[in-house]
Amino acid sequence: MNITRRHLMLLLPAAAIAWEHVLAGTPEKSPNYKMSEHWWSMLIDVPKCIGCGNCVRACAKENDVPEGYFRTWVERYHVADWGFENPVVDSPDGGIHGFPPSTQTGGKNFFIPKLCNHCVESPCTQVCPVGATFVSPDGVVLVDKEYCLGCRYCVQACPYGCRFINPKTNTAEKCTLCYHRITKGLTTACCENCPTGARQLADLKNPQDPIHEFLRTHSVQVLKPHMATNAKVFYNQLDGSVR
Amino acid sequence: MSVIKDSGHLFRLAIVFALGLVFFIGVRSIFVPKTFGEYGHFRGAAIADIAARPIAYAGRQACEDCHADVVQKKNSGKHVRIGCEACHGPLAKHVDDPASVQPEKLDTAVLCVRCHEANIAKPAGFPQVKAEEHSSGLACDTCHQPHAPSIVKGAGQ
Amino acid sequence: MIPVDGFMYPNEVELQWSVLIVLYPFLTGLVAGAFILASLERVFRVEAVKPTYRLALLTALAFLLVAPLPLQLHLGHPERSFEMYLTPHRSSAMAMFGFVYLWYLMAVLVVEIWLEYRRDIVHLAETSSGWKRWLYAAMTLGSHNVSPRSLAIDDRVGWIITIIGIPSAFLLHGYVGFIFGSVKANPWWSTPLMPVVFLFSAMVSGIAAVLMLYMFISWARGEKANALCVDTVAKYLFYTFVIDFSLEMLDLIHRIYESGESFRSLDFMVHTRLYIPHIVVQILFGTVMPIILLSMTQVLHFSELVRKRIYAVASAATLIGIFAMRWNVVIGGQLFSKSFLGYTTYKMGFATREGLLPAIVLMVLPFGILWALVKLLPPWTSPIPAHAGD
Repeated sequence: MNITRRHLMLLLPAAAIAWEHVLAGTPEKSPNYKMSEHWWSMLIDVPKCIGCGNCVRACAKENDVPEGYFRTWVERYHVADWGFENPVVDSPDGGIHGFPPSTQTGGKNFFIPKLCNHCVESPCTQVCPVGATFVSPDGVVLVDKEYCLGCRYCVQACPYGCRFINPKTNTAEKCTLCYHRITKGLTTACCENCPTGARQLADLKNPQDPIHEFLRTHSVQVLKPHMATNAKVFYNQLDGSVR
Repeated sequence: MSVIKDSGHLFRLAIVFALGLVFFIGVRSIFVPKTFGEYGHFRGAAIADIAARPIAYAGRQACEDCHADVVQKKNSGKHVRIGCEACHGPLAKHVDDPASVQPEKLDTAVLCVRCHEANIAKPAGFPQVKAEEHSSGLACDTCHQPHAPSIVKGAGQ
Repeated sequence: MIPVDGFMYPNEVELQWSVLIVLYPFLTGLVAGAFILASLERVFRVEAVKPTYRLALLTALAFLLVAPLPLQLHLGHPERSFEMYLTPHRSSAMAMFGFVYLWYLMAVLVVEIWLEYRRDIVHLAETSSGWKRWLYAAMTLGSHNVSPRSLAIDDRVGWIITIIGIPSAFLLHGYVGFIFGSVKANPWWSTPLMPVVFLFSAMVSGIAAVLMLYMFISWARGEKANALCVDTVAKYLFYTFVIDFSLEMLDLIHRIYESGESFRSLDFMVHTRLYIPHIVVQILFGTVMPIILLSMTQVLHFSELVRKRIYAVASAATLIGIFAMRWNVVIGGQLFSKSFLGYTTYKMGFATREGLLPAIVLMVLPFGILWALVKLLPPWTSPIPAHAGD
């Protein structure tokens, strides 16, 4: 596309307006974000997930996630007709390049995106010896990388395997629910880029948020409820075979 | 009385411990970050640090302002709910400086198949094909316009 | 590339805690065990083990000083480790352990050693020369009072310290067990028995270590190890071992019987990846064999020389077995996936920060420190006998 001077005359003002939309999210522009008014969670609509891996790629780009480590990932399940207890699961590179054609036939097959569950009774924050990981007042479990010792106790304590040690900073790291975005009125990178709406950010404190209606009318579960972590990532139609 | 005289060394030991305690309290007041404990058992300033991270994906709202025509076409097709950056990649930098930062050229052979290549684990109702058989090696956008992918007679732009 | 069998969550493939974290509970276990042995004489008046009293205290100190080093090497940011003392998170067992360690080192072990050796220290401050004179003089804290009254006070205070020290030693190593046992996410670790098993295996390893050291040092000095002493120590080793073994078997039998969600995955791991370290080294070689040997010495009659040889073999096997137990807990607990669908492999480096070489150095270092301590504060100082009542 050749950009003529005429094009520029039309484009630049429009670009300025567009940039306003992005800037609308910077701290200077939204001093009105009050942590106490929000309680963040996420909804995963399992029947909608197509395993494209867009979320994994978007997260990696938005958050500089080091290669080989995952703040979010997608698992593919194959449950044979009598194989409820032993699903066959794979997650090639966390699903970052999508999934190759399945070698399985028959049975029940689906994708499960996973991320930090931002637990209210978070076992990872319980075990942190110094207070480097914590639950923010608006319900997001975060890591203070200036304070973290890299002892890895939190990584051991997470039942969901969502934490890792960043080899560049030698500190613990995990999904932050794109805190830098959601505090500015944007949605998370994974939700923004999910083509089917399988992932949706939700604010439990917002009475208008569609999640309230959704939770009332659908069969929704969390991962590993027996761990009693009070997880806040809700899965619609989560199959019992999911680990 | 002699008990006190003969415990002199113990008092000295106690003093050493007391000095250690004072030293510890002193070190603590210097090194504990000032914002620690503001909201809970963590450094309060960490929240602002984390929130200050620069953004990579602008969000679909930002695209509409310049590219309204494309958005309108997209709204008429099956890809209506997909964000622009889902295919075009992170473009906050492009929004900031549209002339110098251009989005990457997309390769349909990689891009379209990630969603639409047939896979047993994808929902049955989701449009999926075996790309090789479907198009005999032709690029997807030979027949499908990605912004409004339904095939129109005489397509091929 | 780390080879994975089956499925693991993507972030689980690489192990988080290395051989250094195996070493750490092993070292603190030796500390707790050595101290309990020392307290046998001081509090429970088991006179027979008196010859090992001072040696046990010095052994405990040598190992306690080295114990934080594997942790420092393991941390992503060792320069931030002091944060655990500045802003300890009270809900974290690891943070609270920092204070238990500090308490035990300063308020129990150092004070007890100081009180026990004070008469010798004063004597050495007055009779040595050069830098040693300054060192001993500093250790006297400026008081040269060694009147019988002051020594009697020392004895009394030392006795109280030991009384406090026994639960402190339990806490020292029980806490390490709790650090693992309280992690509900990991079914290999999560059991209320973990602190108890850790504690008793610590006592076993500590007693075995002091027994071996005492026999070795006696031989090195050309002296005969006191037969009654080694027999008594071996007897306590045997009793403690029986309790430890019962506890471990209880945990195992319980798991097999209940056959909970994780059992199949863990069982497979024990029979494959963990077979040599767990079944062969820890159970057969490191527990069953020493128990059989020790029970033989309790039931049958052997000559003093043969008994000592048996004790040496049994103690060595015990120490290897207890190390294997720490390995099986720490490494074993990370080899299986929390999805119970797969297994990974531990790739231990050699000359890397958390590799085999630093582990070996850190295992040898306490003996170097012990050698220095024994030179500085000889456990056998005639003409000055040990604490009152010798």
